[in-house]
Amino acid sequence: MDGDIRVNTYDDGSTDAVTGEQKIRNFNINFGPQHPAAHGVLRLVLELDGEIVERCDPHIGLLHRGTEKLMESRTYLQNLPYFDRLDYVAPMNQEHAWCLAIEKLTGTEVPRRASLIRVLYSEIGRVLNHLLNVTTQALDVGALTPPLWGFEEREKLMVFYERACGARLHAAYFRPGGVHQDLPEDLIDDIETWANEFPNLLADIDGLLTENRIFKQRNVDIGVVSEQDILDYAFSGVMVRGSGMAWDLRRSQPYECYDEFDFQIPVGKNGDCFDRYLCRMEEMRQSVSIIHQAIAKLRAPEGKGDILARGKLTPPTRSAMKTNMESLIHHFKLYTEGFHVPAGEVYCAVEAPKGEFGVFLVADGSNKPYRAKIRAPGYPHLQAMDHISKGHQLADVAAIIGTMDVVFGEIDR
Amino acid sequence: MSEQLQELGAYIEAKRPDCVLSWEIAHGELNVDVTLTNITGLVEFLKGDATCRFSTLIDITAVDYPGRAKRFDVVYHFLSMYQNHRIRLRVAAREKDMVPSLVDVHPSANWFEREIFDMFGILFSGHPDLRRILTDYGFRGHPLRKDFPTTGYTEVRYDEAQKRVVYEPVKLVQEYRQFDFMSPWEGAEYILPGDDKAEAK
Repeated sequence: MDGDIRVNTYDDGSTDAVTGEQKIRNFNINFGPQHPAAHGVLRLVLELDGEIVERCDPHIGLLHRGTEKLMESRTYLQNLPYFDRLDYVAPMNQEHAWCLAIEKLTGTEVPRRASLIRVLYSEIGRVLNHLLNVTTQALDVGALTPPLWGFEEREKLMVFYERACGARLHAAYFRPGGVHQDLPEDLIDDIETWANEFPNLLADIDGLLTENRIFKQRNVDIGVVSEQDILDYAFSGVMVRGSGMAWDLRRSQPYECYDEFDFQIPVGKNGDCFDRYLCRMEEMRQSVSIIHQAIAKLRAPEGKGDILARGKLTPPTRSAMKTNMESLIHHFKLYTEGFHVPAGEVYCAVEAPKGEFGVFLVADGSNKPYRAKIRAPGYPHLQAMDHISKGHQLADVAAIIGTMDVVFGEIDR
Repeated sequence: MSEQLQELGAYIEAKRPDCVLSWEIAHGELNVDVTLTNITGLVEFLKGDATCRFSTLIDITAVDYPGRAKRFDVVYHFLSMYQNHRIRLRVAAREKDMVPSLVDVHPSANWFEREIFDMFGILFSGHPDLRRILTDYGFRGHPLRKDFPTTGYTEVRYDEAQKRVVYEPVKLVQEYRQFDFMSPWEGAEYILPGDDKAEAK
C-alpha cells in the first residue's frame, strides 16, 4: 500500500540490511481517464513497484448512461438504437443480438435475404472493429502509420453503412423480423469491389507490423492468457482464440445462417498480445471471404425476395399503406404502441467482434421489456486486467488494454 | 438439442436434489430454480462434473419483482465450452437476504456481483470487495430497482462561481414522460378524462 515501507525478503530468507536511509515504498499512479491509450474513459489506479505493476484497479462507469434502465420504459423498437451506442465501433453486431432475442421469443422466421444481409453487415462490422483495434493498438505501442491507413478503409465501410441505412455509425438497420431496407444492386457491387481490394491493404498493414522489431518487442510474451484464465475470467472471442481454443459462436452455436458459410477459425498458440493481433488479422481475411460468399448468395435466385418477415413485428410496405386502411392502422400502431412480445425469458448471444455479446431479455407480455441485461464481452475482459497486468511493466499496460479490445460504450452501458 | 437438455436437467436434479427446486426447458434453454443457500454448492458441482462442465460464468444479473415477497431473482448464466451447452440458474432472494458469493468458484463473478450490488442493492456474503462499480462515486440508491425513477434524484453541473462540480436535486422542466400507448379498448386500468363525469350521472 501507499506509504508502507517495503522490506524485500529473498529466497534464502535474508532481508535487506536496514540502514534507516532506505525508504522505498510502492507508488500509486492514476492512469486515465484522459489518457490516449486508455481507449475511452478508463481510469486505472495502478500500484507500481518501480516500473512493475503490482496491483491494478480499474474504475469504470464514467460512461454509464443507464441503458438498461432506459430500456425498461421504451418499446422494443425504440430500444434498438441503444444497441448502436454500446459498442460504437461495430454497431450492427449489437443490434443483431437484440433482434435475435425478440425473434426467439416471438418465434419469428427471418426471410433468407434479410438473413444474408445481416451476415454481410455483421462481417463488415467485424472488419470495422478489428481494423480499429489492430491499428490503434499499434499506435499505443508506437506506430503511427497503421491507424492512418486503417481509418481510410473504415471510412469506406462506414459509407457502406450509410448507403444501406442512412447513418454512418448509429445504424438501427437490423430490425426484429429482418432488416430495415433492401440493399440496392450497385451497393452490393461496390462492396464486392472493396472486398477484392481490401486484402492488399491488409497485406500492407501486415508488412508494417507483423515482422516489425519494435512491434514484436512490445507484444510478444506480453499479457499471456492461459486456458485456466479463460475459464476463470469468462473470456470470449479473440481472447479465447488467441490462446489456442477454437471457440467461436458462429461455428459452435450457429445463429442466423452462419452454418452454410465456409470459414476458418484462426487460433493462436501462446495467448500473448502478439497472437491476439495475428488472430484479428486472420479474422479479417476470413470475414472478407464470408463477405464474398454472402454477396454470391445474395445474387443467387434464392437470395432475392423480401427483407422483412411481414407480420405484426414489422411495418407494412409503403404501397400497402397508401392503399389499404388496415395497413395504415397497423403502421400507426406499430410506431406508437409497438408490438407485444409474449412473456418469457431468453438469452441470445452473438459472436460480436470483441467476444460473446449477449442479451438476457425478460418479457412480461407488454410492449416494453420488463428487464433487459446486456452482457458485454469487454466487461469480464477488463475485470481480468488486475490478473493479467500483474508483474508487467507500466508500458505494457497500454499494450494489454489495446489487445483486450475494450470499448467503454459497452462496458459502462 | 432439446433432448440433451432434458437429460441434463434430469441428471442435475437426480445428482443434487437438495439444491434444485424445479427445472424446465423454455425456448430451447434450460432453466433451473435453485435454493438460495445451496447455490455455491451447485455451481461447484456444475463446474466440476464431467457431464456438465459449466466452466464459464457468462453473466450474473438480477430482476426486480416488487410485488413478490422474495423480491429479487438473481439469474446466473453458465456456458460449457467443452460440452457446448448453456444453463440458467435462478435464485429468489428477499430484500434483506445475503446471497452467497461465487467469487471463490468463478473469479469472474467479482464484477458481476459488484454490479448487482450497485444496481439492485443485493448483498453478497463472502465477496472480497463489494464496492459500487458503474455509478458515480458517492452515489445513493439502486437504479435498476423498479421504484427508482428513471430521472434519478440528483443532477450534476459545473458551477462557474464555485469553480467545481456541484450536485443538485433534479429539476425537470416538464415531467418525465412515461408514454402509455396501450389501447384503451384492451383493458385500460385508468379512467380517461371526462369518463368520470359519466359515472356520476
